[in-house]
Amino acid sequence: MNVLKANFKYNLCWFIIMITGFYLMNTLIMVGMIDSFIENMLVTIWINIILAVGLNLIIGFAGQFSLGHAGFMAIGAYTTAIITQKTVSIGGFYVSFIVGMIIAVVAALIVGIPTLRLRGDYLAIATMGAAEIIRIIINNMKITNGPAGMFNIPQFATWPIVYVIMCITTIITVNFINSRGGRVIKSVREDEIAAEAMGINTTKWKLAAFVLGAVTAAIAGSLHASYLQTIAPNDFGIMESISILIIVVLGGVGSVTGTFLAAVVLGILDTVLQDFGTLRMVIYAAALVLLMVFKPSGLLGTWEFSIRRLFNHIKRRSV
Amino acid sequence: MQIFFQQVINGLSLGSIYALLALGYTMVYGIIKLINFAHGDIYMLGAFWGYYVINVWHFNFMLALLSAMVVCGICGVIIEYLAYRPLRHSPRITALITAIGVSFFLENGMAYLFGSNARDFPQVVKQVNYDIGGVRISNIQLEILITSCVLMLILQLIIKRTKMGRAMRAVSVDNAAAELVGVDLNRTISFTFALGSSMAGAAGVMIGLYYNSIDPLMGLTPGIKAFVAAVVGGIGSVPGASLGGFLIGLLETLVQSIGLSAYKDAVVYVVLIVILLIRPMGIFGKNVKEKV
Amino acid sequence: MRTILKVDSLVKKFGGLTAVSNVSLQLKEDELVALIGPNGAGKTTVFNLLTGVISQTSGTIRFREKEDLISLNNKKAYQIASLGCARTFQNIRLFKNMTVLDNVLVAMTNQYKEGFLKSIFRFPSFYRTEDEILKKARDLLAIFDLDKDMYKLASNLPYGIQRRLEIVRGLAMQPKILFLDEPAAGMNPEETADLTRLIRKIQKQFHITVLLIEHDMSLVMNLAERIYVLDQGKMLAEGTPSEIQQNKAVIKAYLGEEG
Repeated sequence: MNVLKANFKYNLCWFIIMITGFYLMNTLIMVGMIDSFIENMLVTIWINIILAVGLNLIIGFAGQFSLGHAGFMAIGAYTTAIITQKTVSIGGFYVSFIVGMIIAVVAALIVGIPTLRLRGDYLAIATMGAAEIIRIIINNMKITNGPAGMFNIPQFATWPIVYVIMCITTIITVNFINSRGGRVIKSVREDEIAAEAMGINTTKWKLAAFVLGAVTAAIAGSLHASYLQTIAPNDFGIMESISILIIVVLGGVGSVTGTFLAAVVLGILDTVLQDFGTLRMVIYAAALVLLMVFKPSGLLGTWEFSIRRLFNHIKRRSV
Repeated sequence: MQIFFQQVINGLSLGSIYALLALGYTMVYGIIKLINFAHGDIYMLGAFWGYYVINVWHFNFMLALLSAMVVCGICGVIIEYLAYRPLRHSPRITALITAIGVSFFLENGMAYLFGSNARDFPQVVKQVNYDIGGVRISNIQLEILITSCVLMLILQLIIKRTKMGRAMRAVSVDNAAAELVGVDLNRTISFTFALGSSMAGAAGVMIGLYYNSIDPLMGLTPGIKAFVAAVVGGIGSVPGASLGGFLIGLLETLVQSIGLSAYKDAVVYVVLIVILLIRPMGIFGKNVKEKV
Repeated sequence: MRTILKVDSLVKKFGGLTAVSNVSLQLKEDELVALIGPNGAGKTTVFNLLTGVISQTSGTIRFREKEDLISLNNKKAYQIASLGCARTFQNIRLFKNMTVLDNVLVAMTNQYKEGFLKSIFRFPSFYRTEDEILKKARDLLAIFDLDKDMYKLASNLPYGIQRRLEIVRGLAMQPKILFLDEPAAGMNPEETADLTRLIRKIQKQFHITVLLIEHDMSLVMNLAERIYVLDQGKMLAEGTPSEIQQNKAVIKAYLGEEG
C-alpha cells in the first residue's frame, strides 16, 4: 500500500500542475494579457504537442521511423469536418472524434501490418508514401470537397477542450511508456532479435505503438479542423509530417519533456518571426541547422522531467 | 500503339531527369547513409544558374549545362562541409533534420532573393519536332535523353575505373576499414557530393529547357520522386538509381495518359510500397542480413 | 531423467552451402552439455536453428511440454522463447540504452499482465503488479550481485558484467533450457573462473538444462557433463569430457592431419 501512497503524491502533483496551467490561462485571458492572437499561438502549440508526443512514441520509444504522421492527422481532421458540418452539435463533434480515431486505427493497421517489417529509412519512405496516398485520395473525393478543402467547419474545439485533450493524450502516452508495454517497445527499439529471444512478439508491439501514435494524430487532426475551421488536403502533405518530425528531433528523440519544450520554442519562434515576411523561413531554417549542428541529440536528449526525482533531490539536499 | 510509344518517349525524357537526380541521392546515401533532402534544391540552383547565364551572359546550352554542373558541384561540397560534416558521428536522424533545414534554407533563401514567382526559362535551343512513324519527338527531348545517358555512362566509368571511384566504393562498404587502408574519408565524401550535385545541376538546366518554367520550390516534388526512384532501384546502387528513375518517369506519364493524372503520385507510391514489400532493399539492392 | 529437447537429422543449407548436415542431439532435464568444434563448424547455426532465429531445411526439433514432446518446426523465435528456451548471444545483445533493471523486466514480460487500460489509467492494481514484478526482478539481480547496478544503463557496465547480465536476463525468463553462446569469449582467466562458478550455481539453484557453445576448453572440461563435437556441420563425436579428450577423430579435427 505504501507504493500506492507514494505514487498518489506524485500523481497529485501532476494534477495540480495541470489545473494551475488551466486557471493561469483562464485568468490571463480574463485580464486581457492573452489576446486572440496569443491564444491562437498557444492552441497551435498544444495541437503540435499532441502530434509530436505521438510521433515520439513511434520514433523515439518504439524506434520505428515513420514519416506518415500527417496522413493520420488528415483522417481525423476530415472526419470531424464532415461530421460536424452535417450535425452541428457538440455531440456530433465528440462522435466525429471517436469515428476519426476508429478510421485512424483501421488505416494504421492497413499501413502498419505490411510496412513495419521494413527497417529504418525504408520504413520512413514507405510510411511517407502511404500518407501521401491518403492525402491524394482525400484530394480526389467529393465528400471532402477535393483540393479546395473545407471551410466554415463549426468551431467546437475551444482552447479549454484542446488543453484538456492535450493533457489526457500526454498522460496516456507517458503512462504507456512507463509500463510493461513501454518497456517492451523500448526493447524492440534497442535490439529486435534479442527482444524476440525474450519471447516478445515484436511485430505485434511495433504495430501497437504505431496504432497508438496514429490515434493521437487523428485526435490532433480533429482538434485542428474544429479550431481553425478551414482545412485543405495540402495542409497534410509531406511538409506537415516533416514539421512534426522536426519538433520530435529538436526536443530529443525519446524525451517527452523535450517534445514539449521544442513545440513551445518553435511555436514562439514562428510567431516572433511573423514580422519578418519572406525572411522568416530563411531564419527559421538557419536556426534549425545551427541547433542541430551544435546540439545533435536535441535540446534535452533523452532527459525527462520527473517529480519523483525532484522530490528525492530536495530530500537529499535537506538532509 | 502510337499513343503508347509517344508516352514512352515522354516518360523516358522525364525519367532521365529523375534518374540523374536519383544518382545523387543514391551515391550520398551509399557513402554516408544520409537522405540528402537538399538534393532537390541543388537541382533548383542549377536551373536558376542556367537561367542567369543564358539571359545575362548569353551562354549556349552546352556551356550553361557545364557551368551549372561545376557551380552545383561546388555548392554540394560547401553544404556538406558546413552542415553535414560536423554531424558525421551524430544520430542519423539529426543529420536528416539538418538536411531538411538546408533544403528550407535554399528554397526560402532563393525565394527571398529572387521572388517566389515562376519565371520563363530562356529558349536557348529552338524546338524542332521530328515525326517518326506518327510518334513525335522533339530535339529537346533527344538532347535530354542523350545528355543524361552520356552523363550516367561517365559516372559509371568514374566509379568503376578511377581511383576516386574505388575509394567511394570502399567507403560505402565500410568507412572505418577504408580509412585504415589509407582512403581519405573527407576527400572521398566531398568528391561524392561534388559528383552527385553536378548531376543535379545538369538535370536542373535540362528541366528548365523542357518545362520552360522555373521557381524556387521546383526541387521539392522531383526531389522526393527521385529519392523514391533511388529506393525502388536499390539505394546505394548506381544502375539501380538509373533504372528507378526511368521506371518512375514512365509510370507517371503512362498513368497520366490513361486519364488518371490526379492519381499519378499515388500510383508511384503504391508501386514503391509494393516493391519494398517484395524486395525490401529495392530492385538492385543487396539484402544484408543481420548476423546473430 | 526425461528428455527435454530432441533434435533429429537437422539440416541447414545456405544456397549451395550445407552449414549443418544431419545433426542429431538430445538434452535431458537438468543436464549441462557443451557443444564444441573448430571455427566455422556450424555451432552458432545450430543454436540459431534451435532458438528459431533461422529455420531448418529439414529435420525435426522437439521440446518437452509437460508430458509430450512437441515439434518446434515452423515456430517463430518468440514462440520458442515463450515455451522456455532462453539464450545469450556471441556478441552480447543487451538492451543497451535501458537500465539493468529494465533489461530483466523485459525478460519477465510474459510472466505478468498489465492490460492496456489498467496501465494508461493507472488503476491501483497497476501499482501492485508493478511492485510485485519489481521485487521479483530485484531479488534475482541480488542473487547475482547486480542489484547495486540496477539503475545503470546496460551499456555503461564493464564487459564481464554485461556477459553476466545477459545470462541473468535469460534466467529471468524462467526457462527450462538456457542456451549460452560462447559465454567466456573475450574474458581473462579470472573472469572465466568466475563464470564457471556462476554457471554451476545457476544449474544447481534453478534446475535448468544448460547447453553451451564454448572455445575455452578448461571451462568446457570443468563444467560439462556431456560434450557434443561438431565439425564442418557434422556431428563428430559425443561423450563425457574424458571420452572426448581421448577421441582420435576429435583430436584430428582440432589439430589437423599431422596432429
